[in-house]
Amino acid sequence: MSGHDHSCCNNYTRSQLLRGAATSAAAEAGRGLPAIETGMPTPAGTGLSRRSFISRASGLVLAVYGASRLPLGVLEEGIAQAATPERVIVSIFFDGGVDSLSLLAPTGDPRYAQLRPNLALSPTDGTAFSEDDRLRWHPSAQGLATLHGEGKVSVLPAIGYDGANQSHFTSRHYWEIGEVQVGARTGWLGRYLDQVGDDENPLQGLSMDGSLFPSLATASKPVAAIDSVDGYDMWSHVDDPIEGRMFESFKRIGSAASDSPGMTQVRRATKQTNALREQLGAFDGFTSPVAYPNGSFPHRLAGLAAMLDAGLPIECVSINAAGAYDTHSDQAADLPRNLERTCDAVLAFQRDLEARGLQDRVLIQMWSEFGRRPEENDGGTDHGAAGCSFVVGSKAKGEMVGEFPGLASLDEDDNLVHTTDFRSLYSSLLEQWLGVDAGPIIPGADGFPRYALLKP
Amino acid sequence: MAVAEAANKKKRKKSKRYKHAVWVDRGDGIVTKKFKLGKKPDKTSLGPRPLPGPYKPPAPKPAQPMGVYGGTFGRVQAMRLLNRAGFGPRPGDAEKLAALGLREAVRSLTRPSGAATLSGPAPTDSDGEPIAPSDAYGHDHLWWLDRMVRSNQQLVERMALVFHDWFATSNDSVDHQQRLIDQSDLFRAGCFGSFRTLLENVTKDPAMLQWLNGIENRKGRPNENYGREMLELFTLGADRGAYTEQDVREAARSLTGWRADYDDDAGGYVDFRYDANRHDNGSKSVFGHTGNWGWQDICRLAVEHPLHASFFVDKLWSYFVPQAPSTSTRNSLIATYRSNDFAIRPVLEAILMHPDLYLGPPIVKPPVVHNAGLLRALGRHIDDDSWIWLSEQAGQLLFWPPNVSGWDDTRWLDTSRMRARWLVTTYALEGRAFDAWEGEYEETEEPEPAMDLALSAYGYPPLRSEQYNELLRLARTALDGSSADWQQGPYRALRQNALLQLLGVSPDLMLA
Repeated sequence: MSGHDHSCCNNYTRSQLLRGAATSAAAEAGRGLPAIETGMPTPAGTGLSRRSFISRASGLVLAVYGASRLPLGVLEEGIAQAATPERVIVSIFFDGGVDSLSLLAPTGDPRYAQLRPNLALSPTDGTAFSEDDRLRWHPSAQGLATLHGEGKVSVLPAIGYDGANQSHFTSRHYWEIGEVQVGARTGWLGRYLDQVGDDENPLQGLSMDGSLFPSLATASKPVAAIDSVDGYDMWSHVDDPIEGRMFESFKRIGSAASDSPGMTQVRRATKQTNALREQLGAFDGFTSPVAYPNGSFPHRLAGLAAMLDAGLPIECVSINAAGAYDTHSDQAADLPRNLERTCDAVLAFQRDLEARGLQDRVLIQMWSEFGRRPEENDGGTDHGAAGCSFVVGSKAKGEMVGEFPGLASLDEDDNLVHTTDFRSLYSSLLEQWLGVDAGPIIPGADGFPRYALLKP
Repeated sequence: MAVAEAANKKKRKKSKRYKHAVWVDRGDGIVTKKFKLGKKPDKTSLGPRPLPGPYKPPAPKPAQPMGVYGGTFGRVQAMRLLNRAGFGPRPGDAEKLAALGLREAVRSLTRPSGAATLSGPAPTDSDGEPIAPSDAYGHDHLWWLDRMVRSNQQLVERMALVFHDWFATSNDSVDHQQRLIDQSDLFRAGCFGSFRTLLENVTKDPAMLQWLNGIENRKGRPNENYGREMLELFTLGADRGAYTEQDVREAARSLTGWRADYDDDAGGYVDFRYDANRHDNGSKSVFGHTGNWGWQDICRLAVEHPLHASFFVDKLWSYFVPQAPSTSTRNSLIATYRSNDFAIRPVLEAILMHPDLYLGPPIVKPPVVHNAGLLRALGRHIDDDSWIWLSEQAGQLLFWPPNVSGWDDTRWLDTSRMRARWLVTTYALEGRAFDAWEGEYEETEEPEPAMDLALSAYGYPPLRSEQYNELLRLARTALDGSSADWQQGPYRALRQNALLQLLGVSPDLMLA
């Protein structure tokens, strides 16, 4: 931390602030949130009826209907009332700070080999990056390179913000909440859902790694986290006919009044868990039209494609990329393995969407909390500042946003300088893809330029 | 004479009052028998014990100034203490603790004598084999979960959990279960003593040296990982103006010198040691202090930093009380910490006796505390590997924190983790739930005795009225429409299982 001041914090640490946030966010639901103003675009997906849900549904879901023990009324309530969103955003997070200078390696920059005597890619490794001849795709990022070659990847080669914070937790938090301050309580996608989301549909904001992504934290609308895409059973020592009555009680317990922030957390989780059980209990088993690599990340993406194809009302998705990217050591061994697992899976997911005819409905955004320091340490790299981000999909414009600034002049901590701000990216995504004004969602949005991210 | 006779008559009349037993609902989840004197009762026999009524928690009070809780210290307060400073009561524990009074109750937790006793059967896997904590995947989790369930030094285990979160180290990269178990022993041994000593011990702990690249941090090739997290997460906190990026770099240089050797046969690092040749002997300036600092100097400088005591107090407090302390409480705790040379126990005792712990709002139990608490209440022990994957899904697999900042305890509950707690309850009820079809469940059981039986299985946890009323409603309506003879026993067994299930995931058992 240097060179800039922070707005906090009464000598109170982030963990306490966050603790306070969780305990009070729900209690203060709606406080400080802008209302939907007249003239704002109608929320995506409005107007699709249950009938259209069924007609859009694949044979899979129809089969599930038939096999389901759930009464039709439950499905009707849980899924059908929430329309299938027209546009879906999938946010993929490189956890730990992915080394952008390996992912898109500046082999043509004269300082590169000097700063990275052991870790530099050679000027013949990987695939040339067609938009800047100084850069090359890492061989393990071939999946992204392939999609870029097809015009389906917009690259932001140096994204960050002024006064880069080199703490994983602080910088990640900024990216999650969509602003540079410590205390905010809702994520940027969560605030989007608070504006346009459904009151009863937890699937609209879906975290796929078993716990809620802070970027999806809402003030008032339900969102879900799932651990596995293979069904959402909640078994017990209770069978029909008492089981249904038990869940009815469980639901009522979730809807009871609360007298404390902790109780509010329990009540919300109870209520939303039951709602999700009603929605996902029937979704079990799926097949994919394309082959995916092995591993939990590819499997989750495969499940996501199947769920989208089934017409489940999913709108904003957050998921961790395969592996971890905090490569303080052993970077040469760890990074390629994890990059390959991630990029190959993203390629398979895109192919899956194309095979299912969903490619125009889904946009992927890939990000990390920061890049890594240009100068390597003994076998790895320490925390840096600007990093890279990607917008992937058939609708992505496929043109680089902002330039690669080069390694000749670094910032005061010897880190890469940024040429785009992450809040510009978010504002552009909100307006161009999700169709809402970024102003009420991203603080200070007016001050950040917009980039054309989509094909016309 | 007439006067004396009259007096005698009066006396005789008085002695004609009858002593008889009545049921009294104490309002804390227990109905007890009491004896009263009165007129001759109509029936000589005491009726069946009624169901205890719901518990009405007092409205949570805002942060109180520093002080010692002076209200009633009964069963309910003792339960709160056992749930926050341990893993919840076994049946009878709360009553015993309450009898000690607040001060002695707290001291019984913070000043245990001798080695811990583990009572009850030793842990096994699902095949009944002894667990292999250092070798088998997840058995390290079972090993600790078992200590949480069986140890008589509950606060030692709870504090070890606190420091496991505070100095979060994961098998994800350490890949050596015994080394992490050893680290947890370090927390057990040092959890009441000097934080500075604990910090020194953690700094040179092999699991930590490997986890945050301490063994790769050497002269001329500094690796910032440990230095940064030590300042940010262990001692001072980010974004408080406590240190600069330059301090991080100089602290990393000061911490150089630790090493280990990679052993192909062992498949990992061995022989962790300090090697003076790898230490950067240059001058370093950290927090404005300049010198040829070494690793112990950095521990000292961090703990003596003006912003450390407030960081320590806030962090420790937050594990036990969900609302921030008042300014005066915070200042008193800081003074206590400093005047006791950074000893943990005095601060901890002050927190555990503080009014906010007893009068403030409830706190969400971490998943493993909920899990261990169910097993303790139900009288179960570790005989199933399922706790490994269940705990992972519930969001707290021990020795696998998500990252170096530990578990995000603001997000213990979401749809995925709540589902896992449901399943934890299902598994905890294994052997306690009734077999509807093979068993012969009482065919005439009324709703109230059914509710009482379910409460008794968990040692009569006090229930808030909404929960109580909903469960009673379920008990009364679950059999509606089931009039066939063959349904009477089996459906009552299912009803009982439903009550047991909903108790396990009730707010009353997930909050402390």
